[in-house]
Amino acid sequence: MSIQVRNIRKTFGDFVALDDVSLDFPTGELVALLGPSGCGKTTLLRIIAGLEQAESGQVLLDGDDASGTHVRERQVGFVFQHYALFRHMSVFDNVAFGMRMKPRGQRPSERQIRDKVHELLDLVQLDWLADRFPAQLSGGQRQRIALARALAVEPRVLLLDEPFGALDAKVRKELRRWLRKLHDELHITSIFVTHDQEEALEVADRVVLMDRGHVEQIGTPEEVYRQPATPFVYGFLGSVNFFHGRVEDNALRVGDDVLPSAQQEFDAGSEVIAFARPHELDLLADAHANTGVAARVTRILAFGVTARIELDGLNGASGQHFEVELTQQRVAELNLAEGQAVRLIPSHLKVFERNGITGATA
Amino acid sequence: MAGATTLNWAGAMQADAAVRFESREATREAPWVKWTILGISLTFFAVFLLLPLVAVFIEALRKGWGTYGSALVHEDALWAIKLTLTAAVIAVPLNLVFGVCAAWAIAKFEFRGKHFLITLIDLPFSVSPVIAGLIYVLIFGAQGWLGPWLADHDIRIIFAVPGIVLATVFVTFPFVARELIPLMQAQGREEEEAAIVLGANGWQTFWYVTLPNIKWGLLYGVILCNARAMGEFGAVSVVSGHIRGQTNTLPLHVEILYNEYQFAAAFAVASLLALLALVTLAIKTWVEHRAGGGNRSREAHQDAAS
Repeated sequence: MSIQVRNIRKTFGDFVALDDVSLDFPTGELVALLGPSGCGKTTLLRIIAGLEQAESGQVLLDGDDASGTHVRERQVGFVFQHYALFRHMSVFDNVAFGMRMKPRGQRPSERQIRDKVHELLDLVQLDWLADRFPAQLSGGQRQRIALARALAVEPRVLLLDEPFGALDAKVRKELRRWLRKLHDELHITSIFVTHDQEEALEVADRVVLMDRGHVEQIGTPEEVYRQPATPFVYGFLGSVNFFHGRVEDNALRVGDDVLPSAQQEFDAGSEVIAFARPHELDLLADAHANTGVAARVTRILAFGVTARIELDGLNGASGQHFEVELTQQRVAELNLAEGQAVRLIPSHLKVFERNGITGATA
Repeated sequence: MAGATTLNWAGAMQADAAVRFESREATREAPWVKWTILGISLTFFAVFLLLPLVAVFIEALRKGWGTYGSALVHEDALWAIKLTLTAAVIAVPLNLVFGVCAAWAIAKFEFRGKHFLITLIDLPFSVSPVIAGLIYVLIFGAQGWLGPWLADHDIRIIFAVPGIVLATVFVTFPFVARELIPLMQAQGREEEEAAIVLGANGWQTFWYVTLPNIKWGLLYGVILCNARAMGEFGAVSVVSGHIRGQTNTLPLHVEILYNEYQFAAAFAVASLLALLALVTLAIKTWVEHRAGGGNRSREAHQDAAS
């Protein structure tokens, strides 16, 4: 089933949680709503489920306006961050709950319920836990039971609110691979909320980036990572270095320093902000070169496959910190030492106009 | 059972910690401090709690079992027992329903005047029981607001059973709600939301999800409510009129007997109330133990989750 939201607006007192948000979720896709806390992603998910009421705007389920449809008739499956399993019921009863609550006419027989519950527990690979109580399960097991419970009512869409947020790093990683596999088997339209960019990029077919009640960018993980549309997206997906500067002919002036960069999009003299990922920066050992931004090496972390160099800006970029990723070979070539003054040269720069965006990147 | 083992382990840990704390020179208090504090608390306990309780039973049996028995099976005493039980049987279920509704509304919904309602629930605790009784006299009494109308329709509230029930309901109102509000607030709304999303209607959600989660707290509140309903003196005294064999509850009966210098009988009836209190305490302790076990396994559950 497809989901569309149209011009959704929601405020809590003076705080605008969602400001005129419109989105399309195509049938059968697994979409991630990604953003920092307070960006409105959970609120949007709860509005789609019907657990929260939007002030204006519409939610269309399969093209029909769902505003007048009660939560229990929307046929959505909802998975909560803290599982929300019924603590006084066994795993079996938890999963059977949705079927047992159906009106008498539509309710399956106890035998059908039993078969269905075991089928679902098999699906989440936890059939052997049917008689346990939630308190006796680990976090990862609880969340899988919660998912089985949500699937028991054969929902048309699956909504997951930070489903792995309360789990430790290892279990998280395991579960997210497992969720992807499950989605590939079931092909149910799913939306999951997360603030973990790695999780979103790894699991989702499509990522919706949100910030402060607005949608910043929509695209495949590849698209949003390779071609960030806004400074916010650039900064949110992975580590980033940035330079405040002014456009000159074939160069970017950062304070007293100059970065070589051919800019066609911007007129000479416009104030811009330029981004570079750590691996897109190189160092010049000659601190007196007439190109590059002056910086001082503060730390060299050389234990990985690549080495990470941390630097403090000098001159034009003083007070700023930079992070550069170099091959071990390059570090040996440069013969770097902590405290050494160097120059930063970007191999690639993504430039945005500075007007009105300073807040988003500061 | 993982839950049970965690529980025992936690209990053992606490006991262990206490023993270790005591056995170490560095953390141990001087013996005289320890014994002084223990002595004060035990003396206080004996003089102010244990002695009066024992005295009640000694005085009750001073003139032998015969007098004791006849005081209890006296017509007026039996009537007082019946009236006390009647008042409790009406007041406790009413407050059970009111209390659950009020706690549900306060813990699960946001609405205007919520703080006012929370304050209002505590009113019967903060106001003197005598005033509680007087309120009803002022409203329903012969000179009260509704007095003439009630007299015209031949309805008796003050100096009759309905007045006693009303006063009892008033003074015992906060027990159930007070017990449930923090419990329900701590549990949050997620399980109910999960139930609704799964297709449960309001009644099913309450019956299958909310109620099982609050049942021990609810029982605890009901026990306290019942204890107070049977023991209430001040408010009931104002509205009762002390008519023997008609509007005398057990506490009022004790007072009347005492004022008539029938000490043995007064203490005999009082011993009955004391016995009820002891039984209530025993049940309360058992419920607390059960509910406490529930709480601890919930904590273990949260620890495991984080």
